[in-house]
Order: sequence, then C-alpha cells, then structure tokens
Amino acid sequence: MRRVISLYRTSVGKKFYMAVSGFILIGFLVAHMVGNLKMYMGADSFNHYAEFLREVGYPILPHMAGLWLFRIVLLVCVGLHMLSAWQVYTQSRNARGGKYTKEESLHFAYASRTMRWGGVIIGAFVVYHILHFTTGNAHPEFVHGEAYQNVIIGFQSPLVVAFYLVALVMVTFHIYHGLWSAFQTVGANHPKYNAYRRPLALVLALLLFAGFMTVPVGVVAGVLTI
Amino acid sequence: MDLTLHVWRQDGPNDKGRFETLPAKDISEHMSFLEMLDLVNEQLIDQGKEPIAFDHDCREGICGTCGLMINGVPHGPLSLTTACQIHMRHLEGATEIWVEPWRATAFPVIKDLVVDRSAMDRIIEAGGYVSVRTGAAQDANATPIKKIDADMAMDAAICIGCGACVAACPNASAMLFTSAKVGHLGFLPQGQPERYERVLNMVQVHDDEGFGNCTNHGACQNACPKGISVDFISRLNRDLVKATLTYKPYEITAV
Repeated sequence: MRRVISLYRTSVGKKFYMAVSGFILIGFLVAHMVGNLKMYMGADSFNHYAEFLREVGYPILPHMAGLWLFRIVLLVCVGLHMLSAWQVYTQSRNARGGKYTKEESLHFAYASRTMRWGGVIIGAFVVYHILHFTTGNAHPEFVHGEAYQNVIIGFQSPLVVAFYLVALVMVTFHIYHGLWSAFQTVGANHPKYNAYRRPLALVLALLLFAGFMTVPVGVVAGVLTI
Repeated sequence: MDLTLHVWRQDGPNDKGRFETLPAKDISEHMSFLEMLDLVNEQLIDQGKEPIAFDHDCREGICGTCGLMINGVPHGPLSLTTACQIHMRHLEGATEIWVEPWRATAFPVIKDLVVDRSAMDRIIEAGGYVSVRTGAAQDANATPIKKIDADMAMDAAICIGCGACVAACPNASAMLFTSAKVGHLGFLPQGQPERYERVLNMVQVHDDEGFGNCTNHGACQNACPKGISVDFISRLNRDLVKATLTYKPYEITAV
C-alpha cells in the first residue's frame, strides 16, 4: 500500500493512475453505449434494462447496493482522473514558463491539444447528464422509472441535442488521444503491436460517438417516439 | 538573400528581454544559419553594439550545444537536423526570421539565445554508475547482446542532450531526454544491476528540476534532431512503475 501511494508521488505515477482510471471509464462508456441501443427495442425492453441496473446483484446484495458499488468505483475513477490531470497540468504550466512568440505545432494529433479544455467540457456535461436523466432536476417532465419516455422527452429540445453533440465530439477526441496515450503511459509498448494502438483508439472513439449519437439523432429524426 | 531578423535579446538572467529587429543583407544561400548570425554579429560589432550571444561548438550536428528556436521550430525547418546544420537555402522564401531561445522554467536564459541546460546534467548525474569491470579489456564477445537490444540501446544513446525536446514540449517536459538516457543503459546487460534504481532517481531529479510531464503530444519526437522515439518514454514509464511497486534497494545483511 505504501508503494501504491509513493507511486502517486512521481509525475509518471500520477499519469499511471490517470491512465488506469481512464481505461476503466472507457470500459464503462462501452457498456453504457451498448445499453443505450436498447432504446431501439422498445419502451418495455429499455425500462426493464433500466430497472435491472437498479437491481444488479439483488438478492445477494441489498436493493440498489450493486448500483452504488458501481457508482462508487466510477466516482473514484473520475476523481482520480481529474485530480491527477490537474496536478500534472499545474506542474507543466509552471515548467513551461514563457511562451514563444512564434511557434509551429509539432504534435502527432490535434486531439492531444483538446485534452484539458475538452476534459472540462466533458466534466460539465457529466454533471448535466446526471441532472438530466438520473435525478431529473434538469428535465422538463421527469417521471421516475419511465426511462424510455424520459429519453424521448429529454431530447425534444434542439439545444439539449446540440450540447450532447458538442460533449460527444469532445469525448471522441478525448478517447482518440487518451486511449493511445494511456497505452504509452502504462508502458504497453511493443514493436509488434504498436501499429494497432492508434487505429484501435480511432475505431473505438468513432464507435462510441456513433453509438451514443444515434439515440438523440433517432429522437430528432422521429425514429424513436413515445 | 535579404532578410529581416527578429532576435530575442536579453541582457542577463534577470532582464525581461525583448525582440530586436535586425537587417541581414546579401546573405549567401550557402551560409549556415550560424554563419549568418556570425556575419550579423560582425556588423553589430562594427557599429559598436553588443553582438548576439548564442551557443555553438562543433557545428557539425553532433555535440548538442547549439539550440535555437528558428521560426517557431526547435533547430529550424529541417527534420533530423541541428540548428548548426541548417543552411540559408533551407529557409528559401522566408523574408522574416524569428529567433528565440529554448523557453522553459528549468532552462533559464543566461543571455540572448543562450540558456542554462545544466538541469539535464543533474538528471544524468542522478543516473549514477553502471557496473563495469575495470582492468584489461575483456573479449568483445564475452557478454552476448542481442542485435535488437544493441540497436535499441544505440538508438537511445544517440541523444546529444540539446534540449530540443524540452523546447518543443507544451509541458516543457524532459521525458524524451530522460527516457533516452534511462533507455540506453537499460537495454544492455551492463546496465541491469542499477536499472530500477536509475529510473527512480532520474525521474525524481527530472521532477525536482522543474520540468513538466509528458502528455504524449509527440512534439519532442518531431523536434528531436536525432529522431529519438517516444517509445522510449513508454519504456521509462513501465520501468518506473515496476521499480516503484517492486524494487528493493540493496541492503547490507549479516553473513
């Protein structure tokens, strides 16, 4: 345990925790996206799935305990991801010192430039998303337990759909650079497999974008209705 | 070639610094970039002005002393080339040239374009020694090394420590430099006994010297005049995590 903490003390160690929490969060996003596609199987199917998420582990675990366990893991990951990002950012900001008057971009991919401000947008979006579809505070007609109906009504406003689009573009950039970058950070580096890391990050980022966007677009296009 | 130079002038470490616009007329395209600066300096001296201070030594791209931000690119527009190996023909078409020093908190400006890169020396120092037997040279084949490992060690050892990676990095991180130094010993059998201690100490000093940390932009690799790959950074990360979680320092024990 002492060593796990002392790993966090170095800059490389902080990034290691950022990478590992990132892997877990990407895993969550894949599951979340696949679950969303249940929207196309009708209201009953989607509502049943939503109900199932609340009851995972029951009756071995108490009611909603499985869900909360899962939420705590995600919260810890998000917290660690943001804390380490902030600390590495402040270290780097102090290190950079003066700016160049003239500077050419030499980076591999534009996406790497969006990680910090994009991450802030994603963070704000996650808060809004929870208020929108989990607690319902930011939803016009939230009905507890009626997940399908909530989604359809929630996406009636074009502004909401636009915000989802912006946030998902940021997520796509974040994963495109982040997944590859996380492989670099944990040292998953081998001449045999290196060529697959970029395409994997690209394919996964695009799949997640398409999978998540299909629901709001489906509602706007009238494919998904009450 | 007739050029307008915008050169960073700074009287000393505590001076704020400013750009000075200097004309450079009748420049031969066969001159090297540093020869062009020499010529401008001669004119400045003739006018009784202070010449531009810049670092240079071998002028053949192997010593790592020169380091200039030329039009926003470390070592100028040619890839795999140090500033001293840039010739004016490589800047064909440019009428204005911006010349800046490396900028990083860990590289304080000494004067004009000269920066103090001794932070890198202290990272090297922290790497310590390798266990090499002294005495008569041993047989060349006594320690077998795989071709691929020897090649990788050489690819890392080619680092000339110029600091272009730090200059290019948006985080002013010296990870490419540190990883090359950790890497070239870490690939060889002679470097194994101290491999994990070395990475721990060098990363510690890297952080303490005020460098930032890597966000895998890749600007360092593109700026590196020796083409060192960011894969070495990945290897350093792996070594550091392994060292922190499992390394046990040598202890003197009773026999």
